[in-house]
Amino acid sequence: MQKPRVKLPDSAKPGEIIEIKTLISHVMETGQRRDQDGKVIPRMIINSFTAKFAGKEVFAAEIHPGMSANPYIAFYMRVPGPGEFEFTWVDDNGDKGVEKVKLNVVA
Amino acid sequence: MKIDRRRFAQGAAALTLGAAAGPVLAQDATQPPQWEQAVAKILNSAKPVQGGKLQFEIPEIAENGNTVPFTLSADSPMTATDYVKTIHVISTGNPQPGVVTFKFTPESGKAAASSRMRLGRTQDVIVIAEMSDGKFLMAKKNVKVTIGGCGG
Repeated sequence: MQKPRVKLPDSAKPGEIIEIKTLISHVMETGQRRDQDGKVIPRMIINSFTAKFAGKEVFAAEIHPGMSANPYIAFYMRVPGPGEFEFTWVDDNGDKGVEKVKLNVVA
Repeated sequence: MKIDRRRFAQGAAALTLGAAAGPVLAQDATQPPQWEQAVAKILNSAKPVQGGKLQFEIPEIAENGNTVPFTLSADSPMTATDYVKTIHVISTGNPQPGVVTFKFTPESGKAAASSRMRLGRTQDVIVIAEMSDGKFLMAKKNVKVTIGGCGG
C-alpha cells in the first residue's frame, strides 16, 4: 500500500479539539466495472480505517464501494495529552498501511 | 467447482447487466431496494428524528460523480455518557448503497467528518446518526449528477 498523507496542526493544547486530515492513494475498485473483454474487474477497496491516539481508538470508518478513489477522511479529536497517532488502513486483500505520527502537544 | 461458480456468476452478472441497465440489477421484484434494506437494518425499527441536529453538506450539483465532497456533523456534547456513536452514509441511486460509516468515540470531541463519495447518477443521499442513548437522527440531500461516477 502506498504511503498515506496525514495533516495535523503544528501544535495543540490538552483539551483542544483538533482536525486530522488523512489521504491515501488507492484505486478503490468497486467490483461494478468491466474490462475491455467485458469481464467484471474484481472489487478491491480499502474497507477499514482506524485512528488510535496513545493506544486508544478515537475514530474509525467502515468503508464501502461508494467511497471515492484515493480515500480522503477528515475528523476530529479532543487532545487528551501528549501522544502519538497510529492510523491503519486495510484493504480487501488484508494489506495494511500503517502511519505513526507524533502530535506536538504544548502546555 | 470454484472456477465453475465464478464463471457462472460472471455470466449471470453479464446477462443481468445486458437486460436491465441501471441500479436495479439482480434485484428481486418483491424485495424493497437495497438502500431501503440498508436503512432498515441500521434503524432496526426505531423512528429517526429528521434534520435539525444533524447537518449534512454536499453540493446540490455535482459535475463529477467520481468524487463528490461532503461534510457531516451532529450536535452532541461528546461526553462518555452522551455522544454520537456512528454516522452512516447511504446512496439511494448507486449499484451498492453503502458509502461509509464513521465511528466516533467520546474522545472524538466533535461528531464531524468530511470525505468524498461516488455518485452514479442524480439521487438522494441519506445520512443517519446513531446516538449513545439509542436514538437516531436522519437527513437527506438530493444531488444532481452531471457525469456519473460508477464507471458506467
